Amino acid sequence: MKILLVDDEEELVSTLAERLSLREIDADWVTTGEDALKRVDTENYDLAVLDVKIPKISGIEIKKKLAVKCPDMKFIFMTGHGSEDNFKAGSAEAGPEYYLPKPVSIKTLIKKINDVLRK
Amino acid sequence: MSSKSDIIGETGLQFFGKVSASISHEIKNVLAIMNENAGLLEDYTRMLENGKPINTELFKTLAGKVLKQIQRADGIVKRLNRFAHSVDNFAMSVDLVEIVAFMVELSHRSASSRGVSPEPSPSTGPVKITTNPFFLQSLIWLCLDFAMDTVDNGKAIGIITEETEGCARIRFTHLKGLTGISIDEFPSEREKALLSLLKAELTVDDNAGEIVITWPET
Repeated sequence: MKILLVDDEEELVSTLAERLSLREIDADWVTTGEDALKRVDTENYDLAVLDVKIPKISGIEIKKKLAVKCPDMKFIFMTGHGSEDNFKAGSAEAGPEYYLPKPVSIKTLIKKINDVLRK
Repeated sequence: MSSKSDIIGETGLQFFGKVSASISHEIKNVLAIMNENAGLLEDYTRMLENGKPINTELFKTLAGKVLKQIQRADGIVKRLNRFAHSVDNFAMSVDLVEIVAFMVELSHRSASSRGVSPEPSPSTGPVKITTNPFFLQSLIWLCLDFAMDTVDNGKAIGIITEETEGCARIRFTHLKGLTGISIDEFPSEREKALLSLLKAELTVDDNAGEIVITWPET
């Protein structure tokens, strides 16, 4: 299993990647949508974890572009949206089962990764 | 049709809501990072308990990262506090240079998500006016928000705050996308109501690519 983490908060994705690797999940990270799109040209990933709000290209837009380049790739969204309404709005676009509010526990994230990859 | 005071009240509330939402989003990000740092600390501790050697430098590094996020959160909360207190006085003497800098800080996320950067020119000294600080912020925010839509991704918006011939003014420059914008589009009723309340004037110069707010007498 190989995961790509995409979030403009470098310290968040780098630490998350380290924690996943300690659990024997191979995870790379990038901080921009452009880098995510470049990275999939040279690496194969089973799943991408995307922040919804990323400068320049939103997580939803990145997902659309990645899905064209990598048709088998699965996606999970993370968001710092605080309100229930924003959460629902985001869920409607991404699918509620693929949407995690920050901060997320590592157990919840891994369970979600496994659930999504099993589908 | 809404009265001017209704428009001002509604615009002020929307502004307050947008800034609060943006700040809560920033705080969520800080919490998410601290959550991962605490989680990694827990992971290392568990590894140590299981007899796996861990370099103690890693603990120091993690502590430093947590402290950095605490400082970041402190800055965010200070901005929120300053913003919240801007409703305390209906009219007071303010420095436009400071207020512009503050609005640029508050609009950082919005600018960043659009891939543009508002860049205030270096100050040549304070530019003081007496006005309503909250609605002044609201007007600058709306102008910045509009300006961000008129520049290309990756471009800068120049902001010059100056006092010339007894007038105080804020100029938003490098707005190449102003050409073709209808006069009905900007300033809208919201900006017009705020301009009236703040006794300011706004001009849009599409040839120069500038939006200018002027206080005729300072």
